Amino acid sequence: MTTAEIYQKLEPIIKTYLPEDVNASEIKRDSDLTKQLNINSAHLVDIVLDIEDAFDVEFKNEDMEKLRTVDDTIAIIKKKITK
Amino acid sequence: MKTVENRVVVTGLGIVSPIGVNLTDFNNSLKEGQSGITFRPELEKLNFSCQLGALPEISEEKKHAYFSELQLKNFNSSGILYGVIAGMDALADAKIAIADNDGEPLWDLGIIFGTGTSGIEKFRESIYKIDAGNVRRLGSTSVSQTMASGVSAYLGGLIGAGNLVTVNSSACATGTEALLLGYERIKNGHAKQILCGSTSDSGPYIWGGFDAIKVSNYKYNHAPEQVPGPMSEDAGGFIPGSGAGAYLLESLESAKNRGAKIYAEILGGSVNSGGQRNGGTMTAPNGTAIQRCIVNALAKSRVKAEEIDYINGHLTATIKDPDEIENWTKALRREGNNFPYINSIKGMVGHCLAASGSIEIVSALLQLQDNYIFPNVNCDKIHPRIEGLISSEKIPKQTIQKELRTIIKASFGFGDVNACAIFKKI
Repeated sequence: MTTAEIYQKLEPIIKTYLPEDVNASEIKRDSDLTKQLNINSAHLVDIVLDIEDAFDVEFKNEDMEKLRTVDDTIAIIKKKITK
Repeated sequence: MKTVENRVVVTGLGIVSPIGVNLTDFNNSLKEGQSGITFRPELEKLNFSCQLGALPEISEEKKHAYFSELQLKNFNSSGILYGVIAGMDALADAKIAIADNDGEPLWDLGIIFGTGTSGIEKFRESIYKIDAGNVRRLGSTSVSQTMASGVSAYLGGLIGAGNLVTVNSSACATGTEALLLGYERIKNGHAKQILCGSTSDSGPYIWGGFDAIKVSNYKYNHAPEQVPGPMSEDAGGFIPGSGAGAYLLESLESAKNRGAKIYAEILGGSVNSGGQRNGGTMTAPNGTAIQRCIVNALAKSRVKAEEIDYINGHLTATIKDPDEIENWTKALRREGNNFPYINSIKGMVGHCLAASGSIEIVSALLQLQDNYIFPNVNCDKIHPRIEGLISSEKIPKQTIQKELRTIIKASFGFGDVNACAIFKKI
């Protein structure tokens, strides 16, 4: 799976958790999920659960700790599906 | 804030009931004596003795009018759903705007919204995941949906309430107790407005325990329209229900300053417990405590028993109905033809448990506003013990028009707890 393919599947998941005043067009590869996109930190676990379902992978607590930006997320997913 | 005692009025109502999920529909159904009791195939499948229930119908469209798409994701709590709709409607009815998203909270507006349990369906879902070793997959809202204060927390965030935001719980007395807790807080100057009410989850997991102790009527599964109502000779148990009722309480001063519509003044009330002594148990009331509760409510409201025009009873359609009537006659020292009009909504909406008191208070205030008394449904043959205590014409079987000024409401709950409130048109 290419980075572009992963992003295509990931973007709608992130979009679901955006606050009402943040537009989906603001999602960039280097966006910080909580600090820039203003996603409630409690929703990071929901994003991870949705990713697990969509990509058939499982995140460990250590993966969660590394999860800051859209690119971080893509990197973790990529590592898991190529294993 | 002032230290003198404030007068307290009701300036907004909201309702989610088995016979209407907005005030207009609910009021019309009351006047028509419509029943919301239906056969529930899911209860039949689960081997319930009583396979009837009464629950509100909430369309997907209506859900989306109160909750965001994100809030509805993995949402599985009927009690919070009903409570939020009723609460937000009461706020809108009172014409109070929510706090701006980036502004200050409403420091003088609080929430006291009761419930018996919260998110029992969500709890079940979570327990299955935990037992399967999958705690990591609970998601972010399993706490907020299952914590007892879930309903007040959801409402608090939607409104931006900045005063006391909490939940009360006293079984079937919850809604009336919430009203009196809010009343005290405004009376004593700790808040100007309090959104009060109560809600109850829906369905087999909340109703099962009552089915097991056989307090629900299991003889009319295929004739839901004929279930004997409260005070009837054949009353053999209640039909479980669910929903929510809400009222915006406000100091008279604040209401006048805003030019708000006033449904009624809360003159006062009383809450007590029979201590599970002298006939009182976990499930049965101590009659002396009930009478004391009513007498205290009259005294605190400075109302004479003769002034009461109408009683909104607790009356569940069980063998305890005649005892309740006897307690009213003793507490009010009125009987026969001198007894006030009395009715019970439970023939139409079943027993909505933790939501019963609030749904019933909303029904009482609508009757006060429109000067009518709704019919006691399926009460053709009145229980002989009740007929021996009060005149049967005080138990209307059809809607009657009646000028109402002063009305009384009481609720009684498991744990031998009682609450009684008195309202007056001003």
